[in-house]
Amino acid sequence: MKKDNSRRSFLKNISLATFSALALSGCDMKAVDEFLQDNFRILTKEEKDVIVKNLEVKYKEKYGKEFHVSDKPAMDGVSFGYALDLSRCVGCRRCVYACVKENNQSRDPQIQWIQVLQMEKEKGIDFAHSTIHYNPETVPEPGHFYVPVQCQQCENPPCVKVCPVKATWKEEDGIVVVDYNWCIGCRYCMAACPYGARHFNWGEPNIPKEELNTEMHYLGNRPRMKGVVEKCTFCIQRTREGKYPACVEICPVGARKFGNLLDPNSEVRYILKNKRVLVLKQELNTQPKFYYFFGV
Amino acid sequence: MNFIRFITGSIKIILRGSKVYYAWLILLLLLIIWGGLGYSDQLSEGLIKTHMRDSVSWAFYIGNFTFLVGVAAAAVMLVIPAYIYNWKPIKEIVIFGELLAVCAVIMSIAFVVVDIGKPLRFWHMLPLIGTMNFPSSMLSWDFFVLIIYFLINLTVVTHLLYSIFYKKEYNKKLVLILVLASIPMAVAIHTVTAFLYNALPARPFWNSALLAPRFLASAFCSGPAILLILFQILRKVTKFEIKDEAIWRIAELMVYAMFIYLYFTITELFKEFYSGTEHLLYWKYLLFGIGDNKEIVFYSWSSIGMGVVAFFLFLIPKTRKNFVTLNIGAVLIYASVYVEKGIALIIPGFTPDVLGQIYVYTPSMTEIRTATMIFSIGFLLFTFLVKIAIAIIFENYEISVLNKRKKS
Repeated sequence: MKKDNSRRSFLKNISLATFSALALSGCDMKAVDEFLQDNFRILTKEEKDVIVKNLEVKYKEKYGKEFHVSDKPAMDGVSFGYALDLSRCVGCRRCVYACVKENNQSRDPQIQWIQVLQMEKEKGIDFAHSTIHYNPETVPEPGHFYVPVQCQQCENPPCVKVCPVKATWKEEDGIVVVDYNWCIGCRYCMAACPYGARHFNWGEPNIPKEELNTEMHYLGNRPRMKGVVEKCTFCIQRTREGKYPACVEICPVGARKFGNLLDPNSEVRYILKNKRVLVLKQELNTQPKFYYFFGV
Repeated sequence: MNFIRFITGSIKIILRGSKVYYAWLILLLLLIIWGGLGYSDQLSEGLIKTHMRDSVSWAFYIGNFTFLVGVAAAAVMLVIPAYIYNWKPIKEIVIFGELLAVCAVIMSIAFVVVDIGKPLRFWHMLPLIGTMNFPSSMLSWDFFVLIIYFLINLTVVTHLLYSIFYKKEYNKKLVLILVLASIPMAVAIHTVTAFLYNALPARPFWNSALLAPRFLASAFCSGPAILLILFQILRKVTKFEIKDEAIWRIAELMVYAMFIYLYFTITELFKEFYSGTEHLLYWKYLLFGIGDNKEIVFYSWSSIGMGVVAFFLFLIPKTRKNFVTLNIGAVLIYASVYVEKGIALIIPGFTPDVLGQIYVYTPSMTEIRTATMIFSIGFLLFTFLVKIAIAIIFENYEISVLNKRKKS
């Protein structure tokens, strides 16, 4: 592995030094470093720490605030699971906006990691007759129910399989993450995802400075750049610190449950054991770790 | 040293030409500038200048890519009948076919480059210096086979032209091996490109085993159509000799390809419409529209219409052997496959999207301009390469140059 690294870096030096000098002449060395930065997953702990520290400095210069960027790895013995109670969800979309705020999603162009589908009770779970553009005075509307969809954190993620550059992968705790500095923006993962969970920065993302969440994770809610893909990470910056995801915390009806699938006493395990549970598009064998259930 | 003279000789060839030739070059240059300005907008503001969005995340660019891979594949597959029927100018057919293949591969890769959000990071895909996801990702496979295919074809044409330029005997063994290798590679590039879509169970519209065979059949219609017209032009303006029979034979082969394509499509339609599962939605969107969203219907029916007319023009011996109707048919089938690959293949794969929502996509001006830029660059390159090939093969260019050198 060590040898492999040195060969890689040697090859990289000779083949990219000229090119990058040309491409980035006039830019400062930091931009060159960033351009040459390797895939985050194959970096050592020390290299990751340096990158994260540099990011904190960069963000401070850019936004004039103190930031904390974490590169905390997955905890041992943890595999995150999510359960959503379809019988409780009222379709208020508070989760959508809490997520946008927590995870520094672009306001304009608008990016939202959670999409809430309104469905007809008569038809059941039927995407073709659902809409995300419902807009009544009050929710829930009679005769309807609501299915919020976000990344299902598949055990068998099709998006990871198709990525041509290994810029997205499944972490030890089951969270599927993206290295925004490695993604080339080909959007093959978006074509492969059966849940519409991946979102692309079609333009330069915009977030009001005062609304930026300063607690960040490298693989999570740090500001993204134009031309890369992003997605729900179960609020990796929170959940790896032992907190609930923002959408779980905000839900006014307690429809959202979160926990460790490997802990037999966790709430998600209780739900899996005792409730009627389903996953979306089971026939595709993606094996989501995002379960829908009927609590009442 | 010799190679440098070959290159400088080639450059001299492309600088000389008739008024028509210069007018053509100027037209292409203007189109490149017009398209390039549109593309520079996209570079500075991002892909938001296109009409692609999260629902329809691939569209016109990737459709053009697919079409051009087909052209590249078919251009070389024409070598097979050339050998089987022993057409007289086999060497010339190989050269022009492979020149077309080289240009089509360059254009197709250009369409991938304009489609990605971070083109400067393209090197992440390369083996050794990047982290290529091989063999898992079909996109890395596709990149891989396209590069190999490109190199094989480039080597063959360069070697052939170089040998003719210096009146040397070309290395028959090497050329034969490479040409024979390029034929399965031609099948491979289009098959892998089909697998790119085919491999996505999330998109039922593409998740059919017939997709790759349909790709090959449609490529066999569009690729030879270009060469058919090119051969007639070459026959008129140069010493290039190709019998009418050979041209009609190409047209006949295209009829078979069209028939197979039509047959595959009908079997696909039968399966979808008779089963009537929820997957029928995508075909409905393609052919009839859903609700008020009928924007794509015009594209799909115009493609079908042009294809059917071309099929009959090629099928009926009288119109096949009449060069006016033959050429109309060639243009029609080319346009039909272009619209099919550019729009009708990609858009219904994304509409309705995976969550059942409909986002209506039609190409934006930026997308059309960027595509114009790439096609114009491709045509320019193809014009140059064909001009060099004509001069070297038919006009004994090397002798005049060498004689001048000796005198002075």
